Amino acid sequence: MDQSVTTNLGSTVLAALGDAVNDVRIFRDEVTLITTKERVLEVLQHLRDVQHFEMLTDETCVDYYPREPRFGILYQLYSLSRNIRVRVKVMLGEYERTIPTACGVYTAANWLEREIYDLFGITFDGHPDLRRIMMPPGWEGHPLLKENPVKVEEVAFSFNRNRIDAEKPYARE
Amino acid sequence: MGLEQKLGNMGVVTTSLEQAVGWARSNAIWPMLFGLACCAIEMMSTQASNYDMSRFGMELMRASPRQSDLMIVAGRVSRKMAPVLRNLYDQMPDPKWVIAMGDCASCGGVFNNYAVVQGVDEIVPVDVYVAGCPPRPEALIDGILKLQDKIKKEPLTKWQ
Repeated sequence: MDQSVTTNLGSTVLAALGDAVNDVRIFRDEVTLITTKERVLEVLQHLRDVQHFEMLTDETCVDYYPREPRFGILYQLYSLSRNIRVRVKVMLGEYERTIPTACGVYTAANWLEREIYDLFGITFDGHPDLRRIMMPPGWEGHPLLKENPVKVEEVAFSFNRNRIDAEKPYARE
Repeated sequence: MGLEQKLGNMGVVTTSLEQAVGWARSNAIWPMLFGLACCAIEMMSTQASNYDMSRFGMELMRASPRQSDLMIVAGRVSRKMAPVLRNLYDQMPDPKWVIAMGDCASCGGVFNNYAVVQGVDEIVPVDVYVAGCPPRPEALIDGILKLQDKIKKEPLTKWQ
């Protein structure tokens, strides 16, 4: 992409939205707008209507534990008419695991937010149907949080093979 | 020398019912299609003409559990899929057998995480484990021949 396009985009958005955007980061021609959870809908609405970012390609979450603020919610936007991309980022603290839903701005956010809720336990205020989408309905916990262990079963070697085998819940007929 | 000539010479062949039934069962195993991941590709090529599983009486892959004797679990089983797998196993008529094909179905393989069942033997009783990631068709055929030997040796008391 032309480098001037990204720099222009950063400065025009910053000028139009003012203090709604805390920071604009440009790294390798990728623009990231840092905002807060109170102002994120305003930013998304502006990007969709004024800057023609018609498409929400992805919405996802990162767990930065033990850093604080702990969670980063990311919105990846794409403009079909201008062929440019922009990323919007919101940081959430350990004890504020809630953010307003983007379903009103982008309909595509519905399932993506369900996925974030399922895997990270972040709730979306005003979401029409906030329930699990990846894990089975009766699942306990949110598996992609960093407090979960990486491995569920001990790796078997010759010295612990018999003990693991004895503890394993084998199925019956 | 062909079997007909032999039969003609001997006139009669004696065997036990156990052996006759075991021979019949082991040579007409109908596997159920249960391809879950990349191992299913190897299972398909085992079926296809290069390796040709129908040499062992297994040419009929059934899409319905009610018509099949053998479940080849080919691939990793996620926790969400596990109740479905058990349900299909329960629908299969007795006698029935299970082959855990590949490392993932046998023990979880490289997927030692929350989403994948650590070995399908937690869900259904497994008769033969085939190692490999994925196993080559020869390995699967070897597993099937091992299963046939096992079926031939099954005693009558187990049928009750």
